[in-house]
Amino acid sequence: MNTDLVIEAEGLVKHFGETTALQGVDLVVPRGTVLGVLGPNGAGKTTTVRILSTLLTPDAGHARIAGLDVVRDAEQVRHRIGLTGQYASVDEDLTGRQNLVLFGTLLELGRAGARARADELLEWFDLTDAADRPAKTYSGGMRRRLDLAASLVGRPEVIFLDEPTTGLDPAKREAMWDVVRSLVADGSTVLLTTQYLEEADALADEITVVDHGRVIAHDTPDGLKRVVGGQTLEVRPADAARLAETAQILSQVSTGAPADELRKGMLAVPVADDEALTATVARLGAAGIAVTELSLHLPSLDEVFFTLTGRPASDETPGSPTTTRTPGSTDQEVAA
Amino acid sequence: MTTTTVARPTAPTAPRPAAVRQARPFPLVRHAAALTKRSLIKTWRTPEALIDVTLQPIIFLAIFATIFGNAVAGSTGDYLQFLLPGILAQTIAQGAIAIGVNLNTDLTKGIFDRFKSMPIPRSAPLLGAVLGDVVRYVIVAVVTLATGYAMGFRIRTDPLQAFAGCLLAVLFAVCLSWVSVWIGMKVRTSGAVQGVMFLIVMPLSFGSNVFVQTGDLPTWMQGFVDVNPLTHLVDSMRGLFLGAPLGNHVWWTLAWCVGLVATFMPLALRAYRRNL
Repeated sequence: MNTDLVIEAEGLVKHFGETTALQGVDLVVPRGTVLGVLGPNGAGKTTTVRILSTLLTPDAGHARIAGLDVVRDAEQVRHRIGLTGQYASVDEDLTGRQNLVLFGTLLELGRAGARARADELLEWFDLTDAADRPAKTYSGGMRRRLDLAASLVGRPEVIFLDEPTTGLDPAKREAMWDVVRSLVADGSTVLLTTQYLEEADALADEITVVDHGRVIAHDTPDGLKRVVGGQTLEVRPADAARLAETAQILSQVSTGAPADELRKGMLAVPVADDEALTATVARLGAAGIAVTELSLHLPSLDEVFFTLTGRPASDETPGSPTTTRTPGSTDQEVAA
Repeated sequence: MTTTTVARPTAPTAPRPAAVRQARPFPLVRHAAALTKRSLIKTWRTPEALIDVTLQPIIFLAIFATIFGNAVAGSTGDYLQFLLPGILAQTIAQGAIAIGVNLNTDLTKGIFDRFKSMPIPRSAPLLGAVLGDVVRYVIVAVVTLATGYAMGFRIRTDPLQAFAGCLLAVLFAVCLSWVSVWIGMKVRTSGAVQGVMFLIVMPLSFGSNVFVQTGDLPTWMQGFVDVNPLTHLVDSMRGLFLGAPLGNHVWWTLAWCVGLVATFMPLALRAYRRNL
């Protein structure tokens, strides 16, 4: 047993009646790192989290948190973990503060300790003004923050975040990412599930891709991006007549494939990294080609799955949010 | 959300749980107490959920005292003396239905996932909910007696015995509520909990001495009425409120209480654990 592996799972299998949710999931998370578990709906992400957080017992295989077995030593495991589910797991009739004080009391912080910890977390998550309102009056983003705050009451060393940003708008998503980063900076170990490669790329040290209850890839974000073809650069020249010229320039920055007309008047090429964007801007400028759209994309979950498995993701996934844009490369007209 | 991600206000070397939490005695009692408080806050926030324990005894007392008072006893006043302990028992038993309905809904929400992922006894959330409902049963007793007094009901014993009668009714409701909790854990929808519990509580209410003396019921029914826990509870209260002969009714009621808890609490807890 490697003590520096805070989360270890081997061969986790779970059936629900006829359906097999997990058919042998292995994963490891070293101390102080973030593991991103990437997969579509129904891939087994939530089931994995529920087994690791002692809510479910695996049918086969075993898992350890900080060396403690999640089944045999469940009670001790629960002292070390914090769980934030897909839906807000707080009491909607209680206020934000009452929720946090309740969890603090249940975690043996004592009356004064529970109150102090609640104040601290409310302030950190910018909920002080709403602290004394019932949680059901909170907006979606506020509920997520309260939910995450609730899982941090006991200062857990291992934090499970099950799709922490699903349904949040991009600004709130970025803020949630900052929270996760500061947790890790504090020494916590995080396992986060997501449907967005961009999210896993932004936060995770390593990514485990799951599909149909199986791990189909495990790599660093860079390694995974290399496998799935890095990023895609998309350019729409202002003058459609200069499409061919633009295509010529794009093939010079491409990692191999020639420029492809993705939609009418829109060219796309696979590129290795962000530098391709700068190079393209410079070359287009030199050629005097004006563009109306220029953007760099990470592959969507669908594209990742297509590359890894040769078929689309196993379940339908929300389409548009997966096509995300790299900051600073939004659709903008580049003066030529 | 404005940018809220300033540095964590705790020192990076914040003590880990083991250093903060001390092992304290009686974890189940303290955790159940904290969760009882949660239940009370919820009751306070949703007073409309108290209709079954406030308006219902008032309406039942008024309706049944008027209808049956003239038909059965010939006078509303005498019948009210007889009826009130029965209505109290009937309403308090029906009041125990709500907990299963509420828990069934609660389980589908994330809050129970959080409880289960915390280092607290698994039974604490259920125990907290059951104890939190004591306030509802106390409300039944207070409302029924207050309405009865306004209508002319009078206790003929002493306050201590009357208090003991109310206490017995509240205790019985707490014990009966484990049946509701168990069904709440077993069936899929809250509507079904309501339906099943209604099918249990209704025969108990009407197949008893709530409205008429056992002797006035059909003979084939009397066997059921004699073992019905509500009959014993009603006879106990008639003794403790009005000075009627107590016999062994208090003991029978207590025996039922023990039996209900001993049977249905383990069943409910087992179903709750399996519900994961």
